[in-house]
Amino acid sequence: MARINLILLALLTACALGLVTSQHKARKLFAELEREQERAKQLDVEWGQLQLEQSTWAMHARVQKIARERLRMSVPDATRTQVVSQPAPAGAVR
Amino acid sequence: MNYAASPVLALRLPLWRSRMLLALIAGGFLVLAGRALYLQGLNNDFLQQKGESRYSRVLEISANRGKITDRHGEALAISTPVKSVWAIPEEVQFSSQQRAKLAALLELPPREIDKRLNESTSFVYLKRQIPPQVAERVSELHIAGLFQNREYRRYYPGGEVMAQVLGFTGADDVGQEGIELAFQSTLAGKSGSRRVIKDRMGQIVEDTESIREAQNGRDLALALDAKLQNLAFSQLKLAVEANKARAGAIVVVDAKTGEVLALANLPTYNPNNRSRLSGAQLRNRVITDTFEPGSTLKPFTVALAIEQGKVTPDSVIATAGGSFSIGRATVHDAHHFGNMTVAQVIQRSSNVGAAKIALGLPAEAMWNMFDSVGFGSAPRLGFPGEAGGRLRPYKSWRPIEQATMAYGHGISVSLLQLARAYTVFAHDGELMPLSLLRVDAPLLGKQVISPSTARKLRDMLELAVQPDGTAPRARVMGYRVAGKTGTAHKEENGGYAAHKYVSSFVGLAPASDPRLVVAVMLDEPSAGQYYGGAVAAPVFSAVMGGALRMLGVPPDAPLKPLELPPDGSEIKEDV
Repeated sequence: MARINLILLALLTACALGLVTSQHKARKLFAELEREQERAKQLDVEWGQLQLEQSTWAMHARVQKIARERLRMSVPDATRTQVVSQPAPAGAVR
Repeated sequence: MNYAASPVLALRLPLWRSRMLLALIAGGFLVLAGRALYLQGLNNDFLQQKGESRYSRVLEISANRGKITDRHGEALAISTPVKSVWAIPEEVQFSSQQRAKLAALLELPPREIDKRLNESTSFVYLKRQIPPQVAERVSELHIAGLFQNREYRRYYPGGEVMAQVLGFTGADDVGQEGIELAFQSTLAGKSGSRRVIKDRMGQIVEDTESIREAQNGRDLALALDAKLQNLAFSQLKLAVEANKARAGAIVVVDAKTGEVLALANLPTYNPNNRSRLSGAQLRNRVITDTFEPGSTLKPFTVALAIEQGKVTPDSVIATAGGSFSIGRATVHDAHHFGNMTVAQVIQRSSNVGAAKIALGLPAEAMWNMFDSVGFGSAPRLGFPGEAGGRLRPYKSWRPIEQATMAYGHGISVSLLQLARAYTVFAHDGELMPLSLLRVDAPLLGKQVISPSTARKLRDMLELAVQPDGTAPRARVMGYRVAGKTGTAHKEENGGYAAHKYVSSFVGLAPASDPRLVVAVMLDEPSAGQYYGGAVAAPVFSAVMGGALRMLGVPPDAPLKPLELPPDGSEIKEDV
């Protein structure tokens, strides 16, 4: 009788310790998850800011100005443009 | 001393005393047990709540407002988180050094900070919507009584170019104007919340329940093409400045799908910095303002007459003499060309011709024509403040009114309605529904006139931009263009103002298979010129030419340099 009790006691202690350990592990993992989610949110914010920056730099007015003034480019006028119709019936070029 | 020998034990006390003691103690326990049962079993909500409040917290999960992009996905409006700095004035304690640093970071004069902190409220914003990096440096100052909360701020990289279309949001990220207001429910996110368990250090250790999922707002793809929009805006700006106009508006519509590819207004404002705004800057004239269109309505009168079989493009109208009386009123033509064919009435924009054609038509049919191309009723884009214009019931028309309506007086329309109505000519007689949002499957149009009439009108409108028409400056090299000028006196105090005009031009190209409809309007051009053909047509030409090239539309005319008539020599239309 006493032996069974002792075995049960040992079993109970082991289970209790196991529970404590797994709970601790779960919390640690959860904290990590939380951190990563926070990081994801941060990155999301940063992505938004980068998008904003990109579209600010790429504003057509700015691109046009730089192309025209700094790179001395210009829109080719219609006489210097050749339009190639795409699904060309027998390579018709207009 | 031996316990057993204690004389107290030898005393014989009455039995009731010990019984009473037993009863009292048992009673005490009973009360305790009852109380315990009450607190833990029957009425435990209160304590449970108190206990939970020690470790459990409800956290707000913020949701993003959706982006607005153009048709190619280029961002036109983005929300990014910013911080607002607020204070509880009574609790604020800082050294003068901290104060100076704070003032520098917030870009406020130190006196302003003192003033706000001396207000007798328990809550005051020091500065709203500052960048997160600045906010971090503010919190590094460790000033007691100073707090921050997270807000969203909307940025518009396009700035003034598309300000009136997009509108803007207020400090609370709620749409107040334009698309932001019209599609508020789509764009707005719904913030969620969840319950968590926090430990002593304030770290979250467990997620207990998700009360509400956060829902980010949906992104919105507009029909606008940022490149085209920029082209339209810059050309309009040049024209408004050159002609010293009070205002200007332009709209570019895809004739195939009814999408609004560009829509610009002047004067405008910078939506990223709205410190001084006037109503004139905010108004989206294309959609919310109406004006008497003038001659741009003539094609509809002629289309109806052709539909009804009253005339053909070659019928001769007796316009000789250049004036025509109805009752006490007289309709004038500025130039006398003798009798004209119907096609020439459009080409040279003859009021007498249009009036005579109109008087051969039943008023009801004319009303139906105007109504079916969308005049007099709002275009239902979902945009705030859409104007429907004025189209009076035909029963109240007098003959002179019917005659003047034929050339666009006594009726008012918005520029958007005008552009939409011209899709009838561009789309072989079908009126296309317009859309501010990108359309993936083409919408169905409504057949208003027969395809053959639409084609005849297109041919007439092509004549109007030839050297002997009213708008040779509307031509585009390499493309066949069709369009009509409009010049009208402005209405003022119930009458017409003598020297204030609205000049407009509506046209389509390429005429062989129209792809775009462009409508331009300039309000009170006052640099000398005021005819639609001189003021609005060049804007049309520049925008149409650039747009067709950007869209890669193949030319349908020989690439010959255009010969422009010398300044002021073209045929003036009648005002």
